[in-house]
Amino acid sequence: MSDSASKDSPEQAEFREYCRTWIEANRPPDPTVRLPLSALEIMTTEQLSYLQAWQKAAYDAGLVGCDYPAAVGGGGRKDCQRVANEEMLAARTPYFPNIIGLGMAAPTVFYHAQDELKERLLPRLFSGEDIWCQGFSEPGAGSDLASVQTFAERKGDKWVINGHKVWTSLAHFAEWMILLLRTDKSHKYDGLSYFVVPIRAALGKGVTVRPLIKITGETGFNEVIFDNLEVDDSYRLDELGKGWQVAMTTLLHERGAGELQTPRAGGLKSKGSHATTAYNLIDFARSAIRDGHPAAQDPLLRDRMMQQLICEAGLAQNQRRARVPALLDHPMRLQLQNKLLASEISQDTAALALEVAGASASLYLGDPNAPAGGQWNLAYMNSYGMTIAAGTSEVQRNILGERVLGLAKSK
Amino acid sequence: MAQPDNFGFGEEAALLKASARKFFSEKFPTSDLHALVAGDHRPERGSECLWNSKLWQEMVDLGWTMLAVPEAAGGVGMPAVAVAGLAEELGRAAFPCPLLGTINATYVLAACDSAQSALAEIAGGCSASLAITNQAGSWSPGDTDVVWADGKLSGTAWYVQDARKVDRLLVSASSTAGVGLYWVAADAPGITLVPDTILDLTRDQAHVSFDGVAAEEVSANGLAALAEAMPAVWTVLAADIVGAAEWQLQTTVEYVATRQQFDRPLGFFQAVKHPLVDVMLQIDQTKSLVYNAACAIDSEPERALQYAHMAKASASETAAYASGRSVQCHGGIGFTWECYVHLYFKRQKHSQMLWGDAAWHRARLADIVIGPLAPAGS
Ligand SMILES: Cc1cc2nc3c(=O)[nH]c(=O)nc-3n(C[C@H](O)[C@H](O)[C@H](O)COP(=O)(O)OP(=O)(O)OC[C@H]3O[C@@H](n4cnc5c(N)ncnc54)[C@H](O)[C@@H]3O)c2cc1C
Repeated sequence: MSDSASKDSPEQAEFREYCRTWIEANRPPDPTVRLPLSALEIMTTEQLSYLQAWQKAAYDAGLVGCDYPAAVGGGGRKDCQRVANEEMLAARTPYFPNIIGLGMAAPTVFYHAQDELKERLLPRLFSGEDIWCQGFSEPGAGSDLASVQTFAERKGDKWVINGHKVWTSLAHFAEWMILLLRTDKSHKYDGLSYFVVPIRAALGKGVTVRPLIKITGETGFNEVIFDNLEVDDSYRLDELGKGWQVAMTTLLHERGAGELQTPRAGGLKSKGSHATTAYNLIDFARSAIRDGHPAAQDPLLRDRMMQQLICEAGLAQNQRRARVPALLDHPMRLQLQNKLLASEISQDTAALALEVAGASASLYLGDPNAPAGGQWNLAYMNSYGMTIAAGTSEVQRNILGERVLGLAKSK
Repeated sequence: MAQPDNFGFGEEAALLKASARKFFSEKFPTSDLHALVAGDHRPERGSECLWNSKLWQEMVDLGWTMLAVPEAAGGVGMPAVAVAGLAEELGRAAFPCPLLGTINATYVLAACDSAQSALAEIAGGCSASLAITNQAGSWSPGDTDVVWADGKLSGTAWYVQDARKVDRLLVSASSTAGVGLYWVAADAPGITLVPDTILDLTRDQAHVSFDGVAAEEVSANGLAALAEAMPAVWTVLAADIVGAAEWQLQTTVEYVATRQQFDRPLGFFQAVKHPLVDVMLQIDQTKSLVYNAACAIDSEPERALQYAHMAKASASETAAYASGRSVQCHGGIGFTWECYVHLYFKRQKHSQMLWGDAAWHRARLADIVIGPLAPAGS
């Protein structure tokens, strides 16, 4: 019995059994194309279709959106998404392609949209038939998100949108976008409003999506330009001028600190994919010859690998302790650390792997002699995506210092 | 065996932790600690043993030294997670007393085969300390300079914690049959206790010489008993470090929130704010690793060693980092004898090295996880 299974409620225990049996019988065949490290780097329709078919199957079986009410396409269960996630992670299934939809758009729509809109949008979001993207960042508004300038002007019961979003992951495949914009130029925070926008339907008619190339050479994020796009007022979430509050729901869930568990499968633990974990690094070190000697026998590298292993274990145990109120002094303290720790630890692990690789760390994807096919280099570079996106590490430290330690706000 | 998701930290453990916090904050605020141990600031003040034995007696009466003693031996039989919770509060108060030494002894004794009467003495209120370290300061349990021959102990045990406060010593000694463990009164004839002069004002330490001292053999297979008990010894000390680090963080945060420079509270500046966040991150990881290790002692013993190495390695790093930042962020006042920060700074520097520093624990962990290091030259 797994650790978590031992404290399942009867509903969870029964559901766990169901998930396990279903996954066993319905695991998708291995892909015929190389899958990227995460959904944020999906480049081709082949990659996308394979992953979409898997998400749809998992949704149809009830493993996605388990804790949302049935009326919006959910499973109507209680605290069962975590169970499904654990089983999908343990079975090393593929990951879901619609991660921005599941992790950010779904809870935001659920908490802030009118019933009719929820019922229309959420089922196709959960099934992965509609891919979603997040239009927050702009050329002039990154960490200082509330300074976004994309503007919606009222025209009867419609809005006319003009502006420029950047780094928009998955926009090249997305049907829908969650969009933070300005409806009032005279108030920084209270001038913001929040919309859902059917961008795919508007391609070439007010919306342009252009890929941006990442440091790795991969695509995956884009710039999105709005040129007099008209959208209906019914696509507005919550009240006019409440965009910042709605965005907080999005960001809280993005950082893993929200109420609703994000459906998560396989991820970095997917079969055949490359996981930036200390155990993987140790395995690599066992076979790596560095400067003519086995890397696993170098006392300094051993010490540093243990540092990574201990940090990873500390993070995993933080997540466990976050559910034990008697061992917490501040309700948000551990949740708000999650993203910062996870991204920095995997960055350090990948960096250490390159040192373990020694001279062969110079070899990249496609070189026949590259260790792990060049994946450590890829992982190391992509790790900066994680320490920059979703609130940079510096911004996370501001948030922790201000909200948890109560130190004076830097802005 | 599997660990329960909540670390097995139940209602009893939570109550104990809360009542310990209340006990120390009401009866022994930091100002009392400073008044008690920091009276004499002279660098050559020599060795002192300053403590509040009346409060210690209250702790004994509350049953805190017997928490880990099995019920069958007259103890409370609480799980290691509960003991860790208590140790965390002890560290937060930096209370000078032989609680950890005595609890350590109960863990070792519980792993010995003929320790009933020794455990009964602890249950009856005796305090104790481990005398298991050699002059070289080896952290490998079992490396001892004391010899057991003809029913007598001879030689010297080094780095004995809180030696002047305790009633009993649990001594490791080698004989022709291997390493055994011996139980002896701290003031038995033939024992000479030489106090060390130490940095930490909240502990005392000594080396203890045995000159043909009669003692009770509690285990002939001391290595096995120590191997079984050391994970608990490391984990409980790591818990103490977590509590002390929490004090350092909280005290420093309060200071930088009030002290103004450049027309702003110091905590506004990211060069102050971010390192304090990093202290918090380290404390939290260590704390989570401590409860994981403690829970393994209770319900996943096959993993206890590995998890305890993680906990103490992490704790030693936290002790060092939290201490450095607590002094630095206080500025000049933090560099004074008057400011309470130095009490914890010194306790943490002591705890950092006690029973193995971070690198030592990581090296042991690597031996388990990666496999042993090949001998040099091979
Ligand atoms: C892989 C990837 C995917 C992304 N996907 C999306 C997406 O789907 N949708 C979307 O809207 N956005 C996305 N982003 C954008 C991301 O949210 C921003 O890059 C991020 O918020 C940082 O903003 P910026 O790039 O403008 O950097 P800046 O804000 O200009 O920051 C530059 C540097 O200055 C530091 N800095 C800034 N402000 C402070 C401060 N107050 N204190 C201390 N240091 C500070 C930052 O930490 C950083 O190191 C993605 C980014 C990446 C890398």
